[in-house]
Amino acid sequence: MTLDIVRIRKDFPILERQVHDGTPLIYLDSANTSQKPRQVLDALADFYERHNANIHRATHQLGEEATQAYEGARARLAAFIGAAGPAEVVFTKNISEAINLVAYAMGNASATGQSGRFALGPGDEIVISEMEHHSNIVPWQLLCQRTGATLRWFGVTADGRLDTSGIDGLITERTKLVAVAHQSNVLGTINPVRALADRAHAAGALLLVDAAQSVPHMPVDVAALGADFLGFTGHKMCGPTGIGVLWGRRELLEEMPPFLGGGEMIEDVRMERSTFAPPPHKFEAGTMPIAQAVGLAAAADYLGETGRDAIAEHEHGLIAHALEALAGIDGLRILGPAEPVDRGAAISFTVDEVHPHDVSQVLDSRGVAVRAGHHCAWPLHRAMGVQASTRASFYLYNTHEEVDALAAGIVEAQRFFGAGGR
Amino acid sequence: MRLESLYQEIILDHYRRPHHAGLREPFDAEVRHVNPVCGDEVTLRVTLKDSDGGPVVADVSYDALGCSISQASASVLSDLVIGRPASEGMKLNDEFLALMQSQGEGAPDEDVLGDAVAFAGVSKYPARIKCALLAWMAWKDATAQAMGEREPA
Repeated sequence: MTLDIVRIRKDFPILERQVHDGTPLIYLDSANTSQKPRQVLDALADFYERHNANIHRATHQLGEEATQAYEGARARLAAFIGAAGPAEVVFTKNISEAINLVAYAMGNASATGQSGRFALGPGDEIVISEMEHHSNIVPWQLLCQRTGATLRWFGVTADGRLDTSGIDGLITERTKLVAVAHQSNVLGTINPVRALADRAHAAGALLLVDAAQSVPHMPVDVAALGADFLGFTGHKMCGPTGIGVLWGRRELLEEMPPFLGGGEMIEDVRMERSTFAPPPHKFEAGTMPIAQAVGLAAAADYLGETGRDAIAEHEHGLIAHALEALAGIDGLRILGPAEPVDRGAAISFTVDEVHPHDVSQVLDSRGVAVRAGHHCAWPLHRAMGVQASTRASFYLYNTHEEVDALAAGIVEAQRFFGAGGR
Repeated sequence: MRLESLYQEIILDHYRRPHHAGLREPFDAEVRHVNPVCGDEVTLRVTLKDSDGGPVVADVSYDALGCSISQASASVLSDLVIGRPASEGMKLNDEFLALMQSQGEGAPDEDVLGDAVAFAGVSKYPARIKCALLAWMAWKDATAQAMGEREPA
């Protein structure tokens, strides 16, 4: 199945925009945040216009409709990622909050001495990797500081793959949790999550997967991955901002202590102490982003109906094209795998003698929107020996002509700044 | 968008041939400032000398890693403040900061700001203002430290 790009682009009203007084927009920043199709915008408007009420507590028709829409969204997202049931899907603000939820719940377990497999102390270890986004680094640093546990990490090979050569010394009986990205937001590298899950489980550790860059772009099945926790964020997958998902295996969510306390997450509250609702509600304190959850489910439906295999295939074609086009530019270095194998559709690069900010500024002047900087992955940039990079990231609505426009814009940046004697 | 409105020729000249670049001895204070958005960094040293009218900036030396705007800004800054009383440099710093916050509406005085007027266009690009300010903030910090050390106990 191939994508009908003309039809798909019509679903995204913003793609018709012009920038800088008449330049057509070429949006290559979807790994940062994706654009939203009409179907998602309509779902948000429909909820607010027809069904808006608080959930689980309003005893009137709108309240029932809103609850049904919200819990229906949960069920659709559970099916979208192959969860065993809706109770395994916890709504969060975004993936940062999803990861922090697990980290703080583990901190709470450590502080109270309860929940053995979540409690950490000196001698225990958490293993991450050097290619993680800051949101899969900093929460674990903070957790280790609070508990006295030790943070360890996989390095990255020169060509931008996870360096698993030291895995025997890294994942050991001391490891409590392994947390890795499914797909790097900078390199595009797709990591061998299944193999890591097997190693983690063999050592008695849990595996958390940062799937922010994979769930939007390819079929993801939590059972097939062998994960224990998996998080993703709505706004990178055609959904609204302010909504994300933490998926966790049912028995783990039941055992894990809560993170945020408040309304709706309780079973019984007395002045001395409280007991908590079963998952997922145990982890959803306060009024949740209800319309956003409905919008996210509409996004999942949209991606599902479009066909996630077809989306992945389309993006594979785009990244293969981009790798070839950019490799042909003198003085350009691609960070990450040079071949489109186990590689998603984000491509970061440096250009000799032209700073990433300047590259992106020239691209922006031609309507091409990319990201410049360290992309919230500073340790990875240090490991690759660069200070910053420019990143182009593709999605289902991008075309091969837009890849060519990217390459032409980079050459223009070299000319403008006189790089390489141009 | 016309790129030249942001990247004026003066900026590109300073970027290609930065003035006073490199780290020199002796110095009274050294700071390292980082732009957390992009990882750009500058290490900057200030040397003061005494005069009747208060301390004068004897030298500014720096090592800047960053984009054309941030590198050119360090070059222009050092041109402007070297040889001036530190207090005048602080006033220039305030003028430049006000220009960067002007959202493209500033009308800078070339007699006061010299080559720094070329950065007026940067104020229309919020993402780039920090690039232009990085060296200035570092200079202000280093100069304040150097002056603090000269205060009589």
